[in-house]
Amino acid sequence: MGALVTLSGLTVDFDTGKRVVRALHGVDLVVQRGEAVGLVGESGSGKSVTWLAALGLLGPRARIRGSVLLDGIELVGAPVRVLESVRGKRIAMIFQDPASSLNPVQRIGRQIGEALELHRGLTGAAARAEALRLLDRVGIPAASRRLDDYPHQLSGGQNQRVMIAMALAGEPDLLIADEPTTALDATIQAQILALLRELRRDSRMAMVLISHDLGVVAENCDRVAVMYAGRIVEEAPADRLFAAPQHPYTQGLLDALPDLEGPRRRLAAIPGTVPEPARLPPGCAFGPRCHRAEPACAAAVPAFRAIAPDHRAACLHPGPAAASTREPAIA
Amino acid sequence: MNALLVARDLVRHYPVRTGLFRRPLRLRAVDGVSFVLPPARTLALVGESGCGKTTTAKLVLGLIPATSGEVTFAGEPLPAPHTSAWRAARRRMQMIYQDPLGALDRRLTVLSQVMEPLAIHGIGTKPERRERALALLDAVGLQPHLADRYPHELSGGQRQRVVLARALILEPALIVADEPVSALDVSIQAQVLNLFEDLQARFGVAYLFISHDLKVVRQVAHEVAVMYLGRIVEQGPPEALFRDPAHPYTRALVSAIPVVRRRAGRERIVLQGDPPNPIALPSGCAFHPRCPVAVATCRHETPALKPWHDGRLVACHVAHGEAALPQAA
Repeated sequence: MGALVTLSGLTVDFDTGKRVVRALHGVDLVVQRGEAVGLVGESGSGKSVTWLAALGLLGPRARIRGSVLLDGIELVGAPVRVLESVRGKRIAMIFQDPASSLNPVQRIGRQIGEALELHRGLTGAAARAEALRLLDRVGIPAASRRLDDYPHQLSGGQNQRVMIAMALAGEPDLLIADEPTTALDATIQAQILALLRELRRDSRMAMVLISHDLGVVAENCDRVAVMYAGRIVEEAPADRLFAAPQHPYTQGLLDALPDLEGPRRRLAAIPGTVPEPARLPPGCAFGPRCHRAEPACAAAVPAFRAIAPDHRAACLHPGPAAASTREPAIA
Repeated sequence: MNALLVARDLVRHYPVRTGLFRRPLRLRAVDGVSFVLPPARTLALVGESGCGKTTTAKLVLGLIPATSGEVTFAGEPLPAPHTSAWRAARRRMQMIYQDPLGALDRRLTVLSQVMEPLAIHGIGTKPERRERALALLDAVGLQPHLADRYPHELSGGQRQRVVLARALILEPALIVADEPVSALDVSIQAQVLNLFEDLQARFGVAYLFISHDLKVVRQVAHEVAVMYLGRIVEQGPPEALFRDPAHPYTRALVSAIPVVRRRAGRERIVLQGDPPNPIALPSGCAFHPRCPVAVATCRHETPALKPWHDGRLVACHVAHGEAALPQAA
């Protein structure tokens, strides 16, 4: 093992012209070689911004501070030449909506070929042969006929497979998968997740899986970080996090989730809504929605500290969920 | 049985022209759907994109004409669309959608939006409408100070509450809800699902609830109908149906749902390929090309939706044990 990517104190400020809004408040996260890390949280929690910032993809309005080390190379403030040798090559990304990431007027084979030329210098017949191998590898049936298809001729699941083939073109050490199956139907989602597991088993590629779906993350990751309002609030090995969550927000998310099995119960919703980045409450951002909050929680942002080896939480009162948080079922 | 809404053999085909000779073909969006929804109960239609669940909802409300079949609402056949009788019936049948911002008028305050249906139908005086709207805002859990806000000033969850208040103000007997919580975050989704339950208990409204999310459906529905390519393939109470699915498609669908704590021994069935093109449906059972247990009969004969041993409805030759022995592929 050993650290592949190390984020320390990563902050992002967006300059809206009128004022500066902080979207990310100092994220610390390590991705080990070959490891699958899940990043969960609700809309606006900063899970996508974290990785767009790390790869310098946020544009000139974003001010990024802190450090992103890839094998000892600093990416924050790095020259474009360095970033370009990393993006798509050592760290590849796939997104929620494959149709809008692909070029609608170019054939599939040509788009994969472009990635192969950029990252591995392959052209002509060699590029076409490798594109064919990749399409076959990601499970596109009759791949040789599909090379000359346009994205609209493929289904959503097949387009996501094409995106994965393009991501694999650079033989990356890390794949950032940002809600890769959110736009897909359940049975197609199962296919894509199975494919990602298989690819990682064969290549030892590390993966960061960004998702709002706790089930997807629980089943596909070794370690999970939960984000809320621009901070990581809890991090632990996946089994431990879902079996014994310590932060009230993580517990709240799990209680709010309907079950597929067991007795039907009334859902325990988290009261209130996620605060806007420009109007964060003082101290712990979850405080106003938290049933364990007390005055000290509003005084300062709680430190992100170890509760057990491998298990950290940013909470003044971490601990197991109270047994009675689930309301009894309504008949 | 006391029925509020009855759909009998609903069919909706779309003519399409495709291929070299522009041959006229039929897209079978809904291909023979029947169900009964009693008052103050919830029937959920689940299935993946293109299975016909939203088309079924539109047929039920008369928003699009059926190719064949009939809909009965409160004991009467649904009047022809856009007649005054239809408008009167539609007062008692409301529809809500996935995207509340798209459903709300951005230029109207929350209070005006909720009062508007009363004005359109000429019900009450202005102060009465106002009072009734405020009472409903309270019922859906919106604080009075939000009444003067505009839709863009509200969160997604608050907007869906406004939509619910506006749907309820005409005292409907039925609300058709198409993916009403799919755009909401988990913590807000739970609030709105609880609200659906509370409003049903308080106002006695029935829901035809459309969703792709099995966990959400299990939470709200008394009865669930699983659709595949325009037909109901399995229908029954959600607990039994999700614990022990009888149809191979339901089984695959249930096993595909990622869960936080997986029950030991629960296997995952990963179906191969995509659902077939609804213009060129496979012969026999439409699921047979992807079905792990299909036998020869499935290729030729369309299975009927009929009672299984525990009373739920299943359309599968294999589940009913009427297929010949599985043959080698």
